[in-house]
Amino acid sequence: MSETKGKEIKTGDVFAPRDREMHPKPYFPAYKSSIYRSPKKKLIMIPQSASELSGPVFGHDMFGNLDNDMIHNFARAGKSAIGERIIVHGKVYDELGRGVPKCLIEVWQANAGGRYRHVNEKYIAPLDPDFGGCARMLTDNEGHYQFTTIRPGPYPWPNGPNDWRPAHIHFSLFGHSFAQRLITQMYFEGDPLIPLCPIVKTINDNKAVQRLVSKLDMDSAKPMDSLAYRFDIVLRGANSTLFENRLEGN
Amino acid sequence: MTKKLSKKLIESASQTAGPYVHIGLTPNFTGIRKVYKEDLGKNLKPASGDVITISGFVHDGAGALVRDCLLEFTQADDNGKTRLAKVGSNGFSGFNRVPIDLKKGSYKLETIKPGRVKAPDGSPQAPHITVWIVARGVNIGLHTRIYFDDEMEANKVDPVLDLVPKARRSTLIAKSTGKNKYQLDFRLQGENETVFFDV
Repeated sequence: MSETKGKEIKTGDVFAPRDREMHPKPYFPAYKSSIYRSPKKKLIMIPQSASELSGPVFGHDMFGNLDNDMIHNFARAGKSAIGERIIVHGKVYDELGRGVPKCLIEVWQANAGGRYRHVNEKYIAPLDPDFGGCARMLTDNEGHYQFTTIRPGPYPWPNGPNDWRPAHIHFSLFGHSFAQRLITQMYFEGDPLIPLCPIVKTINDNKAVQRLVSKLDMDSAKPMDSLAYRFDIVLRGANSTLFENRLEGN
Repeated sequence: MTKKLSKKLIESASQTAGPYVHIGLTPNFTGIRKVYKEDLGKNLKPASGDVITISGFVHDGAGALVRDCLLEFTQADDNGKTRLAKVGSNGFSGFNRVPIDLKKGSYKLETIKPGRVKAPDGSPQAPHITVWIVARGVNIGLHTRIYFDDEMEANKVDPVLDLVPKARRSTLIAKSTGKNKYQLDFRLQGENETVFFDV
């Protein structure tokens, strides 16, 4: 870890360690699936080399026109998905407060009735023939993103005797380094199911939970068309100019 | 250009990818074929290097196969270079996304044998592939690595393996099972639990 030996990559001044107090506990018995899927041994901290500091790069050319439009990207010609039309938008920051440009965001969700389009899905709510449930986009040069969808329904799930998931959209984010990789979920302001949910409760810090709750944003709503929700996301940030330089080189 | 910046914001909390992670990350695999032309992280086309296959299972702490998980792999090219082509281009991106085969319950990664990436001190690490595992019940994605059992000399001096207690190193080392074929299981919990890293 000595700085004098470093030529290609300086050590010690890349990403600060993840603050795991702000993340869910891996083992959380009230969320039954975590019981046997949570490692018991302590994570081993490793120095960040190019293997951790680099990550896949995504270009605009892989996107289709409807990739960020769940209302239409699975719909039959002339049709659209059933449900409350919404715009979800926000900005991806790093921990240093800088926008994260060209960040791949992939989202997925249940339909308006709370039903996923998946072979293992057993819920009685019907599929919507015009709704697939996935979208993707890159953030712009400042880190902003936007997609359109329908508000997903809450749904019951086999965990406790009567557990319901609050309405939520799953978010997968890449950043520019594999060390930043994150999957999380976005909830909706005012949903009374949020504090009851065992998956939400895996996060022990109420402020951290609140940061996952999107806010109704009337200024961005489209009159006579769609409501809007704002959801900002923070990825890890590197605390040296090394990481900034690498970004500029891309 | 060496000013240190301090944290202003707190990283968003992780949440489980849930049982339907494939809808979002590999929709074509799960039968949603109308949205994206192809799933990300497929069809790598390396310019050079030995094409290899790594396969295995993911086990939970009760000994059951984890079938609803998704694995992501990143790696260097055969020269140890990590700045690679864009995903979806014709070049080698070093990124691969692999769902578990729903019938067999196993994963199969087809890629090239990576070269040696430098450690922070400039010394070469042993060839390795970084792995990220998400699934229902996994509350925050799990980072690990795949090393190779036919690279024992390099493994001996690898600075990351050196941080791992000797008795646990085998959980990171894929076994050669034939020409350019390797096998490695991941165990999320219990006996021979895979070594997971805080990166």
